[in-house]
Amino acid sequence: MRPSPHRTPELLLALLALAAQASAQQTPALWPWPRSVKVSPELLNIAPENFLISHGPNSTADPSCSLLQEAFRRYYKYIFGFYKRHHGPAKFQGGAQLEQLQVSITLQSQCDSFPTVSSDESYSLLVQGPVAFLKANRVWGALRGLETFSQLVYQDSYGAFTINKSIITDSPRFAHRGILIDTSRHYLPVKTILKTLDAMAFNKFNVLHWHIVDDQSFPYQSTAFPELSNKGSYSLSHVYTPRDVQMVLEYARFQGIRVIPEFDTPGHTQSWGKGQKDLLTPCYIEKKETERVGPINPTLNTTYTFFNTFFNEISSVFPDEFIHLGGDEVDFQCWSSNPNIQDFMQKKGFGKNFKRLESFYIKNILDIITSLKKGSIVWQEVFDDKVELQPDTVVEVWKNENYLAKLEEVTFSGFKAILSAPWYLDIISYGQDWKKYYTVEPLKFDGSVKQKQLVIGGEACLWGEYVDATNLIPRLWPRASAVGERLWSPETVIDIDDAYSRLVRHRCRMVSRGIAAQPLFTGHCGH
Amino acid sequence: MAGCRLWVSLLLAAALASSATAVWPWPQYIQTYHRRYTLYPNNFQFRYHAASAAQAGCVVLDEAFRRYRNLLFGSGSWPRPSFSRKQLILGKNVLVVSVITAECNEFPNLESVENCLETFSQLVWKSAEGTFFINKTKIKDFPRFPHRGILLDTSRHYLPLSSILDTLDVMAYNKFNVFHWHLVDDSSFPYESFTFPELTRKGSYNPVTHIYTAQDVKEVIEYARLRGIRVLAEFDTPGHTLSWGPGVPGLLTPCYSGSRPSGTFGPVNPSLNSTYDFMSTFFLEISSVFPDFYLHLGGDEVDFTCWRSNPNIEAFMKKKGFSDFKQLESFYIQTLLDIVSDYDKGYVVWQEVFDNKVKVRPDTIIQVWREEIPVDYMKEMEEITKAGFRALLSAPWYLNRVTYGPDWKDMYKVEPLAFHGTSEQKGLVIGGEACMWGEYVDSTNLVPRLWPRAGAIAERLWSSNLTTNMDFAFKRLSHFRCEMLRRGVQAQPISVGYCEQEFEQT
Repeated sequence: MRPSPHRTPELLLALLALAAQASAQQTPALWPWPRSVKVSPELLNIAPENFLISHGPNSTADPSCSLLQEAFRRYYKYIFGFYKRHHGPAKFQGGAQLEQLQVSITLQSQCDSFPTVSSDESYSLLVQGPVAFLKANRVWGALRGLETFSQLVYQDSYGAFTINKSIITDSPRFAHRGILIDTSRHYLPVKTILKTLDAMAFNKFNVLHWHIVDDQSFPYQSTAFPELSNKGSYSLSHVYTPRDVQMVLEYARFQGIRVIPEFDTPGHTQSWGKGQKDLLTPCYIEKKETERVGPINPTLNTTYTFFNTFFNEISSVFPDEFIHLGGDEVDFQCWSSNPNIQDFMQKKGFGKNFKRLESFYIKNILDIITSLKKGSIVWQEVFDDKVELQPDTVVEVWKNENYLAKLEEVTFSGFKAILSAPWYLDIISYGQDWKKYYTVEPLKFDGSVKQKQLVIGGEACLWGEYVDATNLIPRLWPRASAVGERLWSPETVIDIDDAYSRLVRHRCRMVSRGIAAQPLFTGHCGH
Repeated sequence: MAGCRLWVSLLLAAALASSATAVWPWPQYIQTYHRRYTLYPNNFQFRYHAASAAQAGCVVLDEAFRRYRNLLFGSGSWPRPSFSRKQLILGKNVLVVSVITAECNEFPNLESVENCLETFSQLVWKSAEGTFFINKTKIKDFPRFPHRGILLDTSRHYLPLSSILDTLDVMAYNKFNVFHWHLVDDSSFPYESFTFPELTRKGSYNPVTHIYTAQDVKEVIEYARLRGIRVLAEFDTPGHTLSWGPGVPGLLTPCYSGSRPSGTFGPVNPSLNSTYDFMSTFFLEISSVFPDFYLHLGGDEVDFTCWRSNPNIEAFMKKKGFSDFKQLESFYIQTLLDIVSDYDKGYVVWQEVFDNKVKVRPDTIIQVWREEIPVDYMKEMEEITKAGFRALLSAPWYLNRVTYGPDWKDMYKVEPLAFHGTSEQKGLVIGGEACMWGEYVDSTNLVPRLWPRAGAIAERLWSSNLTTNMDFAFKRLSHFRCEMLRRGVQAQPISVGYCEQEFEQT
């Protein structure tokens, strides 16, 4: 009654996995794997009541940096779990002790800033007794290093906290490592978003791509246009108030995660229509106006006045230098049915080419964003349809067929690119599909070094048609972890068996930290 | 036999009615009226009918009354309604329950009352202002199939007791009545046997934390009983038994490579008398621990390569005059079946036992799980019933398999009796099971993977064969999944949309 009659390979795998679990206990289950790791067999003991994470004497950060203070507290908790202090200090017989982790920021700390695409996340870690050193140029590297340090500590079979002497130097391969969540198809409670940010930090993701609105609902509460969510949300309790958004932004900042909001237009906008009159195009059937509406109406001046005000608000609410403008899957049928649109096309000399109308619209929006001193990210159709882009526009490649060729094309044209095509995690299948995500090599296309440098990273997308707070976490983790390592670790880190044995333990670690990450395969966690 | 009658007395409210589209699975007969009644949490009562065979003190019902009161109104306190004088005359709201034969202290079946309360709870709705209403409704209901099961696998991954108990709750909401507990398998042996404690000590993932003690098992059985759910325990042999080996030396067949044992083990060793002594003692314990008349004995996917490699097995075969390994398998299973029937138990086996022509007692139940091999599962149903055996269907209902999109629809569309056969043959199909195998499932993802997908199977097995309208099913299932959310079940969405009360992350 097993799902597949081919039982032997799976069984073997299970046994191998068990064996691997047993023997791999010596090597740390680091995830994602750092750029350079040297682990000595020499062990240090850590007594929770005699261990401290603190600022190094020469650090540019001090206890006034609450971003680090919070991180110290968080990681102490992750390392020691619900460890209860015993009475009196525990003394280990003989073994060397680790008593302190000193965290030093060498350049201006950026403690109170928001992370950006060029934030320095590099760090180095020297683990030796009695004091270990974590050095980073900025707080962002310190956050990543704390995560790595926490992954080095394990409990030996007597329950003692142990760490190997080690030297690690690390920095990410790609600057943009994102998770897309979709809060329109299903509303996600703020708590679920915060949990996701926690898990992202465990996997060194640094971008939350917040696909906040779409056809189905408009949960973003705009101060300039409150009717958008009043009328366009699923219900008045299914909204993100300015306070909610602030909370997400600040929580993300504390984990070194950028929040890039997406307001997808001109398609995928049905929910906008309810609260903003005349924004959407009325569709016609046989020259008669119907109740139906299509994409944004690109022919009216009021449309652009609206977006000017709207994006003015967005650019001040969201601190990131980028806004995602969508631009995917524009349906031309409604536009072509509408006589006013036809007239406009004629006047502009677009003929019957609706791509030109689309270009006209998007160009206007891009200009608005530029005037607000923000950069734009768009889905690949905008590039495919030959819209005139700004030189700094980033193109996100999401269509699965020939995505490497598309990366080549986009970068050949000199634009920066983000890859998400092979990483649509909402598409589920039976078995270990993480391997499929893991074995993607984003730079496996023909192109110059310069072109490859234009690939700034990738995103794991969890679209929301069948996902809400009930199943988001186990569907995302640890499958997204595979993408996390691909985007962080050097391109030489590709050994799938080694990845399996580390990921199994990383998954258990996430579970112990309160993330309901689903199992990779048969087995169990220590707790 | 049991029944319950609704006697909701009056307190008439305005005329506009809301429909009863949250009812799942759909009853055999239902008529709803526009007239609606207000329910006042403080005044509402479940009450035994004077002529009922069960009266206060019947644990199953007393507990069910309490449970459903909580499900309906929550455990909070509600403001006392301020009745007008006229309303006072009209009296309280009462749900009167009448049971014909009590069986309060028996093991299921008292499920029809249980199911009736569930239906009643699904009829109650709440207005935007927070008032509870119920429409005047007439329902006559009974299940189409008597065996409506969920299989959970606690070997590939250990499931904490709370996961199992929670699943039993949701099963009751869906009117499932059999918990098929696939307790042990190759990967681990979490069942703590008191006759053979070494089985768990050596065969579990962790002999302290990843086991089911006798107390745990008792709790599951009682929790299930109170919800009208049978517990069908499976101890699968002779294959799928690697985890038994460390605790019972000599039980498994040593595999050979060439003329020497290779150090690996295969299925249970059918050639030794000690094997049958062990099984005899072991199943004596199992028969007493699990009160259900039926045990599931597995019997699937026996791999012959290890048996074939072993010279002692070869010698045994020769002695017995067996020419192929199916005969050896038959020999083992027949001996096992004799043991179990001596304990006055009936048994369920996977289809291979039938496919391999093992001689079994005529009252054996055969469970069909393979979709295409050796034949299409409907053909298999036809052949099993033609041979006069009772059949359980689970082939199209492997919920551990996931695909993108609303796959509940395919499961819903299955018609278990869509095979050629006499009406007598169709009568031998006693139901089906939704199976949640555990290779990729543990307590982190069990609930959203199970619900509401298993709901589709629940309705197929409960409701009339005419209940097939997909749009109607979609509407009700969407509604019902929100009701499950309201009850705290992490049931995943089947489409875009929302529920008034979303799942709260902990």
